Amino acid sequence: MKIRIKGGRVIDPASGLDRAQDVFVAASHIVGVGQAPADFHPNQVIDATGLVVCPGLVDLSVRLREPGFEYMATLETEMHAAAAGGVTSLACPPDTDPPLDEPGLVEMLKFRARHMPGPRVYPVGALTWKLKGERLTEMAELQEAGCIAFSQADSPMVDTQVLLRSLEYAKSFDLSVWLRPQDAYLAREGVAHDGVVAARLGLPAIPVPAETVALSTILLLVRETGARVHLARLSSRAGVDLVRRAKHDGLPITCDVGIHYVHLTEMDTADFNPNCHLVPPLRSLRDRDAIRQGLADGTIDAICSDHAPVDEDAKELPFQEAEPGATGVELLLPLVLKWARETRLPLPQALSLITHHPAAVLGLDAGRIRVGGPADLCVFDPEAGWIVSPSALASLGKNSPYLGLEMQGRVRYTLIDGHLDYRSSPT
Amino acid sequence: MTVNPQLSADGRLKHLLTLDGLPARILNQILDTAGSFISINDRDVKKVPLLRGKAIFNVFFENSTRTRTTFEIAAKRLSADVVNLNIGASSTSKGETLLDTVANLSAMQADMFVVRHASAGAAHLIARHVAPHIHVINAGDGRCSHPTQGLLDMFTLRHYKGDFHNLTVAVVGDVLHSRVARSQIHALTTLGCPEVRVVGPKTLLPRDVESMGVHVFHKMEDGLRGVDAVLMLRLQNERMQGSRLPSAGEYYKNWGLTPDKLRHAKPDAIVMHPGPMNRGVEIDSAVADGMQSVILSQVTFGIAVRMAVMSMLAGGQP
Repeated sequence: MKIRIKGGRVIDPASGLDRAQDVFVAASHIVGVGQAPADFHPNQVIDATGLVVCPGLVDLSVRLREPGFEYMATLETEMHAAAAGGVTSLACPPDTDPPLDEPGLVEMLKFRARHMPGPRVYPVGALTWKLKGERLTEMAELQEAGCIAFSQADSPMVDTQVLLRSLEYAKSFDLSVWLRPQDAYLAREGVAHDGVVAARLGLPAIPVPAETVALSTILLLVRETGARVHLARLSSRAGVDLVRRAKHDGLPITCDVGIHYVHLTEMDTADFNPNCHLVPPLRSLRDRDAIRQGLADGTIDAICSDHAPVDEDAKELPFQEAEPGATGVELLLPLVLKWARETRLPLPQALSLITHHPAAVLGLDAGRIRVGGPADLCVFDPEAGWIVSPSALASLGKNSPYLGLEMQGRVRYTLIDGHLDYRSSPT
Repeated sequence: MTVNPQLSADGRLKHLLTLDGLPARILNQILDTAGSFISINDRDVKKVPLLRGKAIFNVFFENSTRTRTTFEIAAKRLSADVVNLNIGASSTSKGETLLDTVANLSAMQADMFVVRHASAGAAHLIARHVAPHIHVINAGDGRCSHPTQGLLDMFTLRHYKGDFHNLTVAVVGDVLHSRVARSQIHALTTLGCPEVRVVGPKTLLPRDVESMGVHVFHKMEDGLRGVDAVLMLRLQNERMQGSRLPSAGEYYKNWGLTPDKLRHAKPDAIVMHPGPMNRGVEIDSAVADGMQSVILSQVTFGIAVRMAVMSMLAGGQP
């Protein structure tokens, strides 16, 4: 299959390329940018006039809900949703049921994902057995089965001795460990930021030190072990400050934030909207602004969707009882565009955070447009307006804080490995 | 935040979910209406036909005999038919969701739900999902809100002090876990009380509580100095010993309202408590039964206030 993508604004954040030209794809690779290779006769021409052609998005956290949570979403629906969001590579956290703590489970997931359309799937293995924070998993075996990194997902690692040893063990194989910094005791029973809204509504609170205490512990252990650690889902200004200093000191760390933390704050929970019940909690405006600052100055390496489709029964509950999480893989791009518009950030710089930067976290040569590279591409209309509604979302999870609101920017085509895995229906 | 879910398009009270954001106009209207019901409660025949034929369901997901009883009395004095349901925690363990339970009860031709639930926002959730003709009264949701208690406290204050505009009021105790305290604070600030204080150890006060418009005191003597009213809060048994407090004894010594501590307030200050009281923990018997205590008046006024709310919701404006 040979495809010519014609006349789009081609942006490759990694190389700084940003100009209107054609992209040529043959089989699974990009074979030409600007200039067609000799004797190139496309089977298909995609008219990208007025559209942006960028590397396929790389999302560091997409819950596919299989195995175990098929009542929330299925591999098939969420793979399709991810493609509809322009995502061509994704990492899925191990918080399935059972968790991804055995090679067989990982192999099965990879096998099934490979045989359906949609992004390349990179499972993150469980760092400890059953995510209990007690016994290490067979990390070397899991890596062979296809795990790209290891994490506790949102399960706590209470025992700091196990944490230290898991970092040492991972370091022995030079494996990457992803940790969401949250002290289990300080966060106990909490569901909301310890701020003005929790004070008003009487919601059990999670103070900022729940993040900073855990973060400080992790940073000290990284200093001790030299392990490669990725810090997931920062939520606070103090947390961003700690990471900034640690990076300045040269620690081998990277970090990400969820897209919703770039826009929303505790104020969005003031009407008990269960779709704004997230982990970590949405914090204050000052925290959100610090996250934006951290993204602008490079402290934060990547933005992920932290996609968590949840069924209606688990969401239509009082705030604190509702299952946390928000659907988001289809909103990642429009919300990044929104952030770029609001902060007057050049589009290529904004796209870095969802393309080659997260690819670097994964250690992948993805998220780029270059001749000879894989044909993973996202073609989107930066101006197209649409309303977030259950029917507009391909994900089975309709739990978005943005339901009823307008987005600007919509994916038109997603190419994965040279295949046109998604095209939007004509509007 | 979206539009106020408690008010109808023409600005009338549709549900009573929280006092947070309810305009002073509505609060005063409830208090005035309650005033007109006080005399009914002193008559031999304590009944008016305002809600004849209306079905009021007391839906209690969290047990409470006292609050449920006062709502029941209020509904019966308005001639409504009352159904009491103690759902407890068991219904959810049977697999029925909160909204299924509500849908089932709606199908039984209810006109009004009086809801108590252990989680903040439960009444809001129910109000969002009931049929348009059904009214919801929040009888306590988690730590969030207990609006009729807040209103009856305002009624009591107004009864004894006349007006809110010159008052200094102290709310004392476990503000963190108290829906009563939150409702009191919202009502007091809305009604124009110029100084609202909260008094208690840092472990029992929410972070950022000042954002609600209150002054924070940790020492009782300072917090009570010159106040016109002391609003005591109940300390739950399970909170008396643990990571927030070392013992009931130390709590009593520092924050228990004794005649000695009360002397720091104005000589004519009144003492209130939402009940049930822990004598010898948050309040000394000499104060609870003393001249300045208006605790039993609160209970009496509570019925009139609940009648006022129910009649305004389901009976149209009286």
